[in-house]
Amino acid sequence: MTRTAFVNARLLDPASGYDQIGNLLVEDGKIVDLGPDLFNDGVPEGVETVECGGKVLCPGLVDMRVFTGEPGAEHRETLALTSQAAAAGGVTTVIVMPNTDPVIDDVALVDFMERRARDTAIVNVHPMAALTKGLKGQEMTEIGLLKEAGAVAFTDGDKAVANAQVVRRAMSYAKLFDALLVQHAEEPALASGVMHEGELSSRWGLPGIPAAAETIMIERDLRLMELTGGRLHIAQISCEASVEIIRAAKNRGLQVTCGVSAAHLQLNELDIQGYRTFFKLSPPLRSEQDRQALVAGLADGTIDVIVSGHDPQDADVKRRPFEEANFGAIGLETLLAAGLALVHSGDVPLARLLDTMTHVPADLLDLGTGRLAAGLPADLILIDTDMPWQLKPEALKSVSKNTPFEDRRFQGRVLRTIVGGRMVFVHGEEG
Amino acid sequence: MSSPETSPAPIFPHRHLIGIEGLSPQDITALLDLADTYVEQNRRIDKKGAVLRGRTQINLFFEASTRTQSSFELAGKRLGADVMNMSVGTSSVKKGETLIDTAVTLNAMHPDMIVVRHQNSGAVELLSQKVSCSVVNAGDGAHEHPTQALLDALTIRRRKGKLQGLQVAICGDILHSRVARSNILLLQTMGARVRVIGPPTLMPTGIERFGVEIFHDMKKGLEDCDIVMMLRLQLERMAGSYVPSQREYFRYYGLDYDKLSAAKPDALVMHPGPMNRGVEIDSAVADDIHRSLIREQVEMGVAVRMAVLDALARNLPNDPDTAETAK
Repeated sequence: MTRTAFVNARLLDPASGYDQIGNLLVEDGKIVDLGPDLFNDGVPEGVETVECGGKVLCPGLVDMRVFTGEPGAEHRETLALTSQAAAAGGVTTVIVMPNTDPVIDDVALVDFMERRARDTAIVNVHPMAALTKGLKGQEMTEIGLLKEAGAVAFTDGDKAVANAQVVRRAMSYAKLFDALLVQHAEEPALASGVMHEGELSSRWGLPGIPAAAETIMIERDLRLMELTGGRLHIAQISCEASVEIIRAAKNRGLQVTCGVSAAHLQLNELDIQGYRTFFKLSPPLRSEQDRQALVAGLADGTIDVIVSGHDPQDADVKRRPFEEANFGAIGLETLLAAGLALVHSGDVPLARLLDTMTHVPADLLDLGTGRLAAGLPADLILIDTDMPWQLKPEALKSVSKNTPFEDRRFQGRVLRTIVGGRMVFVHGEEG
Repeated sequence: MSSPETSPAPIFPHRHLIGIEGLSPQDITALLDLADTYVEQNRRIDKKGAVLRGRTQINLFFEASTRTQSSFELAGKRLGADVMNMSVGTSSVKKGETLIDTAVTLNAMHPDMIVVRHQNSGAVELLSQKVSCSVVNAGDGAHEHPTQALLDALTIRRRKGKLQGLQVAICGDILHSRVARSNILLLQTMGARVRVIGPPTLMPTGIERFGVEIFHDMKKGLEDCDIVMMLRLQLERMAGSYVPSQREYFRYYGLDYDKLSAAKPDALVMHPGPMNRGVEIDSAVADDIHRSLIREQVEMGVAVRMAVLDALARNLPNDPDTAETAK
């Protein structure tokens, strides 16, 4: 029996609003007890003690939008490396997208991912399965069997399912299993460009993607939901109009949720200046006004989750003219720090920020984690919310260095990451 | 002004010419003044100079262009440079890799100048970051085509005596045109007023924030204009994707004498070429020696490119022996 005591921690459970200095005991990978009075008589013999120095101890982060290179593009990132990057970023549960080669659209592939995760990953990994076979947008996958095998949701990842009839039937059918559908909201015919459409795309001579490409797809899917019922999650929204649409839909009582990437909360289209392909994201970085609306939508609860959108791309596909370069940026190791910037700027309270990265995504995906409570797996992180640091690409775990936060100064970082009671990352001890 | 052979003093404080953006009125005037001297040189029997003697110039064209490439080739040769032309096919799937790999390969051959045309916006800037010589943008995507804007400015200045205060209309496919972008930037920098005329489908989003006046009615747009600049419309964009047909486009946006009559009586017509006669411009207007500057633009093109190459070469590190011989 292994037992670990976390003493003198600021215990922060965003789900219950609990926020107190106290202690927490982990036994055999599970939280067994916590509170200010625990260990009043001293820590029992044989228990490993971690002195937390009053720092925040909270549930580990759940990142529900991560692209990995395994299987098929291991040169970009293996599942093992993805999990190490996650651990360094305080992410204890990684949800991987089905956009691998082969595509995760079959029970055997879900089994494969779970086996590779068990054998090589140091954090929890769960796959989302493809919503349509081969991500082709035509025929729905075996939603029931895939869910039984362990797929936590259904999506075509970074591809929008364009055919309204396919989406309607999938929504309707998915209800049978209470399966969550996750849509990349971009009307493909309007989204043929490479950056936000506006004055800057025109000045730089780059084909634009209007915000309407996103809003049209969200509004269409909401109308389909009204026909079918079911649960829909918009993977990443990027513009002010989408925030307003989601807000109105929630007010109408639709079971819709949405996410935003940490990059979209921190950056805008201006960062592309000089044709910098590390800022080529999908959906695209939009205007400063859009960014501010996203931050406001996060603060008021319209936006449910923050994701990293982690998407490793190697130099071969990034060191190209902007139009030719691939979309995507890594983000697991900067997710928390980029989020904390909104806390330090006074835009979002710490507990609200942590909501969006712990119990809310965990509940959406029915993971049964994301809380500080006795009996739950000990997926925990210890955070120094104030520690200053600067991001150096060479210090990143990922072999692909396509971060939009190169040389960025951050305030706040993860000190320890614990997955199922195991210490998988300790700041300053990584080699 | 003294001849450029005896005045190699730097006049242009930039290592590359990537775009008109970032150039001051002084930079532009210096290039145009120098180009004026080359117009005279090019009209002599002995057109050969020596300011680029010993220099190697590579013309790297990822997108086919007879006109611009030969203009740059002639410009380099008339200045005494060794000129190599490289036309790179665009069929290769991995264009980006080709671009950087080609840049690194060419750089190892120690060129002094690389003139680049590429189908992607920003590609020339990307290439300029990978080489140690000067780079001239001969057109990148829908971004910029600075030597075209300079040659247009030189043509206008020689005819009208100035740029300041002129009313210029740019007509046609503004959306896809790097010529339009560079011309808007240059003309505004030099104090001219710019209008853009075309159908809404061929206007870039946010064009109203470029400081130009926008017209969809060509005759209204041409009122009081001193200069009418026509743009080429790619034929594949006229089959229903951006405009319904050639004949409908010509009806509303083709420059004929009727529409031209709305401009000032002494308004002059320009076109960067190659022209689609009967699509964006009526043949009679294009060939009217009293109104059309189209052939003159080609002549000015060589002079302006000589000025650009000369001005950039003056900033290159100079081998003392070569410098001695050049004098």
